[in-house]
Amino acid sequence: MTEDQSIKNIKGRGIPLPGDDIDTDRIIPARYLKNITFDGLGRYVFYDVRFNEDKTRKDHPFNDKKFEKASILIVNKNFGCGSSREHAPQALMGYGIKAIVGESFGEIFADNCTTLGIPVITAQKEDIENLMSVINDDPALEVRVDLEKMEVNYGDFTISINQKESSRILLTQGKWDSLSELLQAKDQTAELAKKLPYLNEFK
Amino acid sequence: MSGKNLLDKVWNLHTVRELPSGQTQLFVGLHLIHEVTSPQAFQMLREKGLKVAYPQNTFATADHIVPTDDQHRPFKDELAEGMMAALEKNVKEFNINYFDFKSNKQGIVHVIGPELGLTQPGMTIVCGDSHTSTHGAFGSIAFGIGTSQVRDVLATQCIAMQKPKARRINVVGKLRGGVYSKDVILTIIRKLGVNGGIGFAYEYAGKAIDNMSMEERMSICNMSIEGGARAGYINPDQKTFDYLKGKEFAPKDFNKAVNWWKSIASDEDADYDDIVEIDGSEIEPMVTWGINPGQAAGISENFPEINELPGDERETAKEAYEHTSYEPGTPVKGTEINVAFVGSCTNSRISDLREAAKIVSSKKVAKNIKAFVVPGSQQVKAAAEQEGLDKIFVNAGFQWRDAGCSMCLAMNPDKLQGREICASSSNRNFKGRQGSAAGRTILMSPAMVAAAAIEGKVADVRDYL
Repeated sequence: MTEDQSIKNIKGRGIPLPGDDIDTDRIIPARYLKNITFDGLGRYVFYDVRFNEDKTRKDHPFNDKKFEKASILIVNKNFGCGSSREHAPQALMGYGIKAIVGESFGEIFADNCTTLGIPVITAQKEDIENLMSVINDDPALEVRVDLEKMEVNYGDFTISINQKESSRILLTQGKWDSLSELLQAKDQTAELAKKLPYLNEFK
Repeated sequence: MSGKNLLDKVWNLHTVRELPSGQTQLFVGLHLIHEVTSPQAFQMLREKGLKVAYPQNTFATADHIVPTDDQHRPFKDELAEGMMAALEKNVKEFNINYFDFKSNKQGIVHVIGPELGLTQPGMTIVCGDSHTSTHGAFGSIAFGIGTSQVRDVLATQCIAMQKPKARRINVVGKLRGGVYSKDVILTIIRKLGVNGGIGFAYEYAGKAIDNMSMEERMSICNMSIEGGARAGYINPDQKTFDYLKGKEFAPKDFNKAVNWWKSIASDEDADYDDIVEIDGSEIEPMVTWGINPGQAAGISENFPEINELPGDERETAKEAYEHTSYEPGTPVKGTEINVAFVGSCTNSRISDLREAAKIVSSKKVAKNIKAFVVPGSQQVKAAAEQEGLDKIFVNAGFQWRDAGCSMCLAMNPDKLQGREICASSSNRNFKGRQGSAAGRTILMSPAMVAAAAIEGKVADVRDYL
């Protein structure tokens, strides 16, 4: 990889989305998975909680003009639980989300985000609540995510954050493209395959 | 020095190398793919000019988008037809084993892996589907992955992943009559929470698990992810070996295989990061009352009052009641339903159909209830018809369908309409999961679904035994 792909700092407006256990079916309903590409998923993000059947808008942060152009999503517990569909982070990315701060995350979702270069970071419940409330009052406020200092800054506030160490290394070192990393060990992989009992008639 | 658990042993065996990030480059023994999460992965390979590194270790089938009433091609849904065409093109171009409709081996990917004997102890197994944990029932380390990781596996037969911690869940005691493995896993998720398993692989053990058949064990491992655990497994034992013996892809030198399989089971003195005990004898038939699988209650309980729940569960409970309009403090039993669904990768195997058939035999589905049974695979369907289960269901007023994921996830024509309530043997009661944004799902065992279909409301299967 010649180009520097490292992700160390992300700045942008925040968008709070309160609620625990927001699953990937809710992030992107299954009927929008019936396509052989990930293109255009951004417009369907949270579709069923944003729109009524007659396409009129429901009350939802992603419909709220004051959070337009936000790129840092703020969530609560177990965000992205459920289905492994990569369409979920793809839809969020398509909408313009560049980082997600929350109390905790579904694991497959979090890994999928890292693979796409979207940092998924955790913070204490009280800090998330403060961040949500400050952004609600002042949606234009810039939120800065710093993956080196492991903190989020907004207005007069600084909160400390956590991130799975491997994800932090991958993102800050620009090595989140897992494929190029894995391709480097072709021979070692072949060696291992030759030794696995079930691939070698249990010899 | 203490011994090793199965996760340690299998992980070590498949470790190609430690990556600079601290992740492991992990070799994948068996890769399963289906039509929904694979097309983008193949496209990424094409764009990079890569081949499939180990095509003999990947197996494909179609399950999510296939209709279950009429599987003639082309499908009426053009998008679904497009996904089928893409899968067919990809498996051909990249030389992947594919179980299509004509093979008589098509079915839900987590049903066919085990029934063909592809799923074996000691393997690492991945699939672009969160319910891949099902295969852990055989003592494999199996988990769901995203599409970029499907690409990684196709190109390298490896994934980059951090080793999970191990939590042993001992289900002690004997299950009571009318209590099935579905009730056990719903109890576990209720107790440990839908996010309790984040960062863990669950090792299920104890008398109640030992006593279960392989198919019952699969239902338990299947829903590990609903408790937040990406993988769940059960140590292989004689039942595992007996199940695999004679299966199409079972090892030729079976005795040698068994010896090795025994060696990868957790040692008696193995270490765990956490141990939890559940008394199986206290479990009663379970139903969900909310919008996640942890919002579950015994059939004799009431819809919980919000203020009786732990503080951190109240907001989601409030949200659940806003969605469901159920009345807190009233009995769950007796809740009227509109649809009864027996199927999904959790509960669509032959033993599930047998249990449901026992309940409906010589009875009729209640008026105005749409009831249907969707076998998990073509082989399950054929076996059920051989035993005459199809006739029992049809005579009772159920529709008897072809194999597929059906109403578990609404990617095919089987969907809830409007505010319908579905008694479902599937795995997720998320808002909108079954295809209607306003629809409602009550998860339960297949036998409980059968009882609900007969009464037209949530019932206690024990009244039918």
